Amino acid sequence: MSKRHISTTVNGDAAEFLAEPGATLLDALRDELRLTGAKEGCGSGDCGACSVMVDGRLVCACLMLAPEAEGRRIETIEGMAQGGRLHPLQQKFLEHAALQCGFCTPGLLVAAKALLDQNPDPSETEVRYWLAGNLCRCTGYDKVIRAVMDAAADLRQVRRAS
Amino acid sequence: MSELDYLAPPTVEDAVRALAAGGGSAKVLGGGTDLLVQLRAGRIKPGVIVDLKRIPGAIGVREEAGGFVIGAATPGAVIGEHAGLVGAWPGVVEAANLIGSTQVQGRASLAGNLCNASPAADSVPAMIAAGATCLVVGPAGRREIPVEQVAVGPGRTSLAADEFVLEIRLPARPQRSGDAYLRSIPRTEMDIAVVGAGVALTLDAAGTVTAARVALGAVAPTALLVPEAGAAIVGTPLDETALEALDAAARAAARPISDKRGTADYRIKIAGVLARRAAAIAYRRAADQGRGGRA
Repeated sequence: MSKRHISTTVNGDAAEFLAEPGATLLDALRDELRLTGAKEGCGSGDCGACSVMVDGRLVCACLMLAPEAEGRRIETIEGMAQGGRLHPLQQKFLEHAALQCGFCTPGLLVAAKALLDQNPDPSETEVRYWLAGNLCRCTGYDKVIRAVMDAAADLRQVRRAS
Repeated sequence: MSELDYLAPPTVEDAVRALAAGGGSAKVLGGGTDLLVQLRAGRIKPGVIVDLKRIPGAIGVREEAGGFVIGAATPGAVIGEHAGLVGAWPGVVEAANLIGSTQVQGRASLAGNLCNASPAADSVPAMIAAGATCLVVGPAGRREIPVEQVAVGPGRTSLAADEFVLEIRLPARPQRSGDAYLRSIPRTEMDIAVVGAGVALTLDAAGTVTAARVALGAVAPTALLVPEAGAAIVGTPLDETALEALDAAARAAARPISDKRGTADYRIKIAGVLARRAAAIAYRRAADQGRGGRA
């Protein structure tokens, strides 16, 4: 089967790529668009390492076919820092050492940002449940949760100040 | 995978034609959270995938005749954000929202959960208890069937290869009604039900149960509607005697297997416990609704 031509928006910019009908969005992001931030951990939607936003919804890029992306608005970890300036979540992950090998980190950051964008003041329980689909096999989650809570507090302060 | 074709028909009629043309090798794509896993594991090798999401209405919830129509590819996240649906059928919504992670909720649908035909599907007992139906479309036209008539065994449905579910329909909820769904898993999140129980009931002004539907998941090859369990609480104020009768009826209907997630004996016991607890929650919601509050 011949490759399809797919037109999308990725991190605010028009992006076009060719994809086999059975390729996943994750395949297309990594192999066609060379955006290798989203990772393939399990390939079955269990680990969240491939988390991206599609039309404002958090999804696993491994569970979506590339042709489904036609006309959709996609946001990935590569769009999170603005002009070389880290997003507060990224900064807090560094400060709290909320990563070791870093494989799960892009997915955790994208998922955490999706939460804070819709709920600026989540409880720790809400953060833990929201991130239950992002598996980390080395950090142990506590530092991740602390980093997210700390970033949320900072973001609330920024919002109040502006 | 190189032989695979992908179609995203813009109308129901086009989707029906695409499925019919694909014969037995066509697969319907809604949210894809089951389909892509099966595809990538090599368990299925479809010739063509027919994506429903470009059909108008495939994603979204609309109120109709006092009830709700949920498009086949409507993700759990959209269902959970629909205040009217959450108010009317909280048990169905909580069951839908138990499926998978936040990421999965961004894609997974009720129709997909139904047609994947897992005996442990969380939303199915809740939909059966609620008296949900689904609109099935195919070359012969449209037919509306009760949700409990879709699955016929693990991974198998009563739908023909060229048919698909276009809509899930929830009826108008009578006054003083409530529903609830509970499942047992060995952790708090991201797991498959060892047992699930859905209850929907209606009360009269005095608090007597006038109608009740009880459904169980993961205790048989398909989710079960258990009329005896519903009958056990009708005419009662859901007192301890009624709850014991409900518990016994649920246990009597359960015919589970033993597997890595639980033994048959354990599942039978828990089926009774969850039916009781879900009934108590549904009762409280119905009573709260009778007082004008939201459950």
